[in-house]
Amino acid sequence: MLRSRRARTPQPLSEPLAVAATASLAERLARTRRVAIVPARNEAACVGDVVREIRAFDPGMEVVVVDDGSRDGTAAAAEAAGARVVRLPFNLGIGGAVQTGFRYALERGFELAVRLDGDGQHDPAQLPALVRPVLEGEADIAIGSRFVGESDYRPPLVRWLGIRLFAGLVSLLVRQRVTDTTSGFQALNRRAMALFAHDYPHDYPEVEATVMLFKHRLRLVEVPASMRERAAGASSITFWASGYYMSKVLLALFVGLFRRNVTRLEEDS
Amino acid sequence: MTPLPVSIGGVVASLVLLTIVFELIRSRRLRERYALLWLVTGVVMLVLSAWRDALDTFAGWAGVTGYPPAVLFAVGLFFIIVVLLHYSTVISKLADENAILAQRLALLEAELRERAGRGR
Repeated sequence: MLRSRRARTPQPLSEPLAVAATASLAERLARTRRVAIVPARNEAACVGDVVREIRAFDPGMEVVVVDDGSRDGTAAAAEAAGARVVRLPFNLGIGGAVQTGFRYALERGFELAVRLDGDGQHDPAQLPALVRPVLEGEADIAIGSRFVGESDYRPPLVRWLGIRLFAGLVSLLVRQRVTDTTSGFQALNRRAMALFAHDYPHDYPEVEATVMLFKHRLRLVEVPASMRERAAGASSITFWASGYYMSKVLLALFVGLFRRNVTRLEEDS
Repeated sequence: MTPLPVSIGGVVASLVLLTIVFELIRSRRLRERYALLWLVTGVVMLVLSAWRDALDTFAGWAGVTGYPPAVLFAVGLFFIIVVLLHYSTVISKLADENAILAQRLALLEAELRERAGRGR
């Protein structure tokens, strides 16, 4: 179930993707330089499994773990599991960590980047559905949503309200139905990577990032995805933080309405 | 009319501020760029304190009839807010640049480690 934004002038596909237009998804994936970006902070207990799962699912996919100033053995655990590790010298927050991964992917010439969180809530087995719209050139970014299609995800009432509120607001702003504005389960092509490598919000980035995609005329689709319970650690959004979260994101959305300067993307491949 | 002790106090305070700022610049503990707003603040406060007729005139314009030095407080408060806002923008910029540096450093370190591993 894909919801593509209203039709616009077709974008030329980057060559390897276009050439492969007839090949099956698996063959096309195998021919694409691809990387998994895994932001992790103090996830020593889970990050190794996450890396191993991704590598088991697709051995040809490079896995880069962005260690966001962890104080436990996150980097060592990721490295032992076979990931490249980029260690930030101090904690930048999820936005800064993910952006580091996008920069890595962009600079090293990857054509496809997927993002999975280091706590293991995203299941690599769901990657094929996620990467398909991007590989086939239907979208610049695909986002796994817990609310598209059949879903048994039932968040607590307050969180549900918050998610609904932002989803409604963002849907209005981007004139396209968006159901899950907090999902960190994403697949991106180079256009989307370039945008986020250049400009990405710092705290709780996903809501603003969705609006940025729209402003830069990138195509977004949501694909159904289920997410697992956190294997360890606590959600980054605590009670007090959620107040800051709401205010910060609302302010950013409001100010964003009046922001005209659109980031020019040099890399319009 | 502004009471004389208030004017004298205002002049002394402004001169102390200007002296401190000057000394901070001289000893290179404060960049000229960030000192300019403080210098303007000091000079404006000094002029308004010393030139008592002007302060009374401004107070009249502002509708402050009872106590002209209230204008001094208002002007001082205004400049402090401007300086603080300016600092907030400076901090935001520094934080952005800091994040970029951290990311660049992390990416370079990763590349360096990779090359060292390959060279072995």
